Amino acid sequence: MNSKVVIIDYQLGNLFSVKQACEYLGYDAIISSNPEELLAADYAILPGVGAFNDSMKNLESFGLVKAIHQYINSGKPFMGVCLGLQLLLTESEEFGSTKGLNIIPGIVKKFPPDINHEFKVPQIQWNQIFEPSDGKWQNTALCVCKPGDYMYFVHSFYAQPDSEDYVLAKTTYGGTSYCSSVQRANVFATQFHPEKSGLHGVEIYKQWFDQNKK
Amino acid sequence: MLAKRIIPCLDIKNGRTVKGTNFINLRDAGDPVELGAYYAAQGADELVFLDITATIEKRKTITALANAIAHHVNIPFTVGGGIGTVEDVNILLQSGADKISVNSAALKNPILISELAKEFGSQCIVLAIDTKKEEDGKWYVYLDGGRTKTKMQCFDWAKQAVDLGAGEILLTSMNHDGTKNGFAIEITKLLAENLPVPVIASGGAGIMDHFSEVFKKASADAALAAGIFHFKEIAIPDLKKYLFQQNIPVRI
Repeated sequence: MNSKVVIIDYQLGNLFSVKQACEYLGYDAIISSNPEELLAADYAILPGVGAFNDSMKNLESFGLVKAIHQYINSGKPFMGVCLGLQLLLTESEEFGSTKGLNIIPGIVKKFPPDINHEFKVPQIQWNQIFEPSDGKWQNTALCVCKPGDYMYFVHSFYAQPDSEDYVLAKTTYGGTSYCSSVQRANVFATQFHPEKSGLHGVEIYKQWFDQNKK
Repeated sequence: MLAKRIIPCLDIKNGRTVKGTNFINLRDAGDPVELGAYYAAQGADELVFLDITATIEKRKTITALANAIAHHVNIPFTVGGGIGTVEDVNILLQSGADKISVNSAALKNPILISELAKEFGSQCIVLAIDTKKEEDGKWYVYLDGGRTKTKMQCFDWAKQAVDLGAGEILLTSMNHDGTKNGFAIEITKLLAENLPVPVIASGGAGIMDHFSEVFKKASADAALAAGIFHFKEIAIPDLKKYLFQQNIPVRI
């Protein structure tokens, strides 16, 4: 396959397993911090585990904030994973308030503390994803999923888009029903880690690649 | 609904999976990469592999093995054994491990936990505790693969570690490990119901009902076992089906 896949490297988090998932599907992904390389990509993935403010700082220092906007405006497929979803929002509550990429208007919030210790933070869990309304998963990378499928989550914060239109999947943790996947035009992102969610997760990557073939 | 996790543990010595009884008498249980891939395909929710000889022999971490496993599994996995520095952890995470577990080095130098949590986030820092109930009825923490007794009590140490930033506790009862008589309900329950992080129960699994018991009676978030999986005494799909029938949420 000749498609150019770029995994955006901003010196935080585990990129290895995302690269692994791409390779499994026959795509040789490049891990890069170079804005020009990103702009030349056919597919771009923004992964990430870590702190929101450090991530934005790093993206900024590599010149990637501008490049990500430019890439997304070109209409090419863009996928965010975990922190890579949260960074798409307008701002995060983490450490006061930090500005995000503002591609999905909304805020990133911390799970409320749970006094009964029943729902622990961070959530490190296989949890279920649900379709917000019938048919919403059609023609998206989640078309291979069934409502109630388990995916692997590791996070303390969650995204809350202003508009329900961009909410592609919902998940409940403790008393909080939150957005576990977003889609806005060519931008798709998951709060869970498809690359760590067994064969179901690999299928999501496969759909994303297949549906966006030129 | 949150799924209770089933975690096969691969104890590694000299590159091979081993399983002992009460921390001694090691038997060979096979190639860890092969086993890891097999468990992922079988529906395991996570893998833990621990280099059980690392601390004693001062051996450095099993980076190459972590890398090999990461190439063959698509579920989360934790690596532990002899981890003592931020750099050890950095190398392991870059080799594909999702989490690392610290044990002896953290008790000798608790600040290590906060350094790791600050650098990599609590979500990837698992504190492993080997504990044993003594005749005085108290649970003491042991070091160096169960060879060295300390004065520290299990709950106190777990609480302190969580305050410092540990994101998960992997609790092994030395009284139960390898016995196949069931998990340590009492101490698991104490930690699971009083700490704000997930607790993985380890040691003592012999039959499927032991898993059901540790989830229902001890509120464990996950249950870990080794020998019964390695020697195919319990198959993971059968165990998941059994737990599902017991109304325990599991990923099938």
